[in-house]
Amino acid sequence: MASIGETAYYVRSKNAGPFMVTVDIFCGDPETFAKISASPNLSKEKIAEVYLVRPEEVKIFYIENLNVIKVSYPRRLPQGQKYERDMHAGQQYVQISELEV
Amino acid sequence: MNTCRVFVPYGALGTGISDEAFANGIAMNPDIISVDGGSTDSGPYYLGNGKCKYAREALKTDTRKMIVGAHQLGIPITIGSCGTCGVDEGVDFMEDICREILEEEGFSAKITKIYTEQTKEEMKAKLAEGKIRPLGTRVDVTEDILDSCSHIVAASGVEPFIKALKDGADIVLCGRATDTAVLACMPIIKGCSEAAAWHGAKVCECGALCSTNPQNGGIFLTVDETGFEVQATAADSTCTPYTVSAHLLYENADPFHLVEPGVVIDTSRAVYTQLPGGKVRVENSGITKSDVYTMKLEGAGPAGYQTITLVGIRDRIIMKNPQDWLDRLAAFAQAKLDRLGFDRKRYSFLLRPYGWNAVYGGDVPEGYVPNEIGVLLTVTADEQALATQIAKVMNPLLLHFEVAKNRPTPSFAFPFSPAEVEKGRIYEFKLYHVVEMEDPLSMVRMSTAVVGKGGAN
Repeated sequence: MASIGETAYYVRSKNAGPFMVTVDIFCGDPETFAKISASPNLSKEKIAEVYLVRPEEVKIFYIENLNVIKVSYPRRLPQGQKYERDMHAGQQYVQISELEV
Repeated sequence: MNTCRVFVPYGALGTGISDEAFANGIAMNPDIISVDGGSTDSGPYYLGNGKCKYAREALKTDTRKMIVGAHQLGIPITIGSCGTCGVDEGVDFMEDICREILEEEGFSAKITKIYTEQTKEEMKAKLAEGKIRPLGTRVDVTEDILDSCSHIVAASGVEPFIKALKDGADIVLCGRATDTAVLACMPIIKGCSEAAAWHGAKVCECGALCSTNPQNGGIFLTVDETGFEVQATAADSTCTPYTVSAHLLYENADPFHLVEPGVVIDTSRAVYTQLPGGKVRVENSGITKSDVYTMKLEGAGPAGYQTITLVGIRDRIIMKNPQDWLDRLAAFAQAKLDRLGFDRKRYSFLLRPYGWNAVYGGDVPEGYVPNEIGVLLTVTADEQALATQIAKVMNPLLLHFEVAKNRPTPSFAFPFSPAEVEKGRIYEFKLYHVVEMEDPLSMVRMSTAVVGKGGAN
C-alpha cells in the first residue's frame, strides 16, 4: 500500500498564525482526491494521534474543485516558544505524508 | 460601472521586483499601489523587541519604486504592518525612509501615519470591560499577561486607510494592519463590491504567490461591482483559476471563512474563470458584516536569555539509540547542576538530536540508524550570564560523556571554540486575541504631515 505522500502530487505544511498549523494535500486529480479522501488514516482521530493533539481540535476540509484536502490543527506550544522545533511548521507535513492511504 | 485597479508589486515590502515587472504594473494604470510590510510569520522576536526583519536598504529600494511610480501617475500608496511587526517605532522607521527618498527625488508628499500600538493601561481597561477574548488560543487574558508584553499591537481594518485616503494622503503608513485591509481600502472607496474587494485583497496580499511564477514580479488586482480580476505583471508569469483559488489555502487554517475586522469573507461559493491574457475573473464572493467590530491583538514579551552549543556525534554505539544516550547525559548533567547549587527555577535546558527526531519530537521509524547526528543544547535562563554558565557546566559532558558504563572516555565533535554561542534575549507570543469596539477608529491614532522638498519637515 502506498503512502499519502507517494500518492498525492504535493503535500506541504505551514503555520497559520502563531497557534495553528495547516497541512495541504494537493491530490492532483479527482481520482486521487477520492482515493485519499477515503483513507481511514485521514480521520480526526488518526491526525490527532500523529500530531499529539485532541481529535476535536483537528479540522479537515475537502476542497473538491482544487482536489485538495486541508488539515488544520493547533500547535502544542505557541510558535517561537523557547524550545521551538519548527518555527514556520514547514516540515510538519512529513508525518501525514507517511501515513498509508 | 465602478472599478478600481490595485497594483501589488511585492508579497512583502523588501522582497523586491524586477524593473520590467514593475514598469508593466505602472503601465497598467493603477489607482493605487498597495503592499503589506510584515506579519507574525517569523516568530515572536520581531514584535517582542520591536525591530524590523528586513534590511533597511531592501525596504528603501522597494519603497522608492512605489513612491516614484505613484508620483508619476498622481496616485497614492498604502503600506501596512510597517517595520515587520507594526509597532509605532516601525511606522516612524518607514516614515524616515520615505522622507529620505522624497528629499533625494526632489518632491514632497502628504504622509499619513496610522499608529496601532496599544498601551497596557488601555488594554487593562478593555479587559475590565470584558472586551477581550481569545482567538485560537486556549488562554484567557489576565492583567499579568498584559504586563508581561513588551509590545501590543492591534491589526487595523480598512476604516483608518479609508479616512487617510479620503483626506488626501499620498502615502499611508500603517502600524499593524491585516494584509487584506491594506489592499481592500481603495476598491471600497471607489464603490466596488465589498465582498469582491476583500476576497480579491486576500488573494493578492502575498503578491505573485497567486501566480505561476511566485519568484518574479507583482500582481494586478482589478475590482468592480460584481467581482474581481487578477493578473501577473511579470511577462513570464500567469494566473490560472488553480493558482488563484489555491492561494487561499496558504497559511489559512480555514480556506472558506476568513475573519477580518468587521467582516467575515466567505469564499465557499466563489466561481473562478480563466480569461485571455493570463487573467482570472472571480465572482460570487460572499461577505458577512460582523455584529461587533473587532481588531486582532498581538502581544509578545521577553522570555529569558539563551545560550546554545552544537556538537556532532558519529559513535556507532550511540547511533543505535541516540535518545537513550541523551537521556542519560541530561540526567547526569541535571544532577551535576543541582550539586553545584544552580536554582532550577532560574533556568531550563533541552538537548535536541538533529538527524534523529529534533524537528518532530516524536518516535523515529523502527530500525532507523543515523550515520551522524548534531546535538543542539539550548539553555534558557533569566540572565544571559547564567545561561552561559549552565552551558559551560555541560560542556565537558558534551565533549566526553560516556558511551556506555565502564567504556573508555570518548571525545565528540565541536564545530566552534568557544563552543557556547550567546543568543541574547528571546521573546514569546503572549497575546493572540481580539478586542471589541464600537468605533473602528477608536484604537488607532493618526497624524499627517507634508514631507520632502517644499514640505514642513
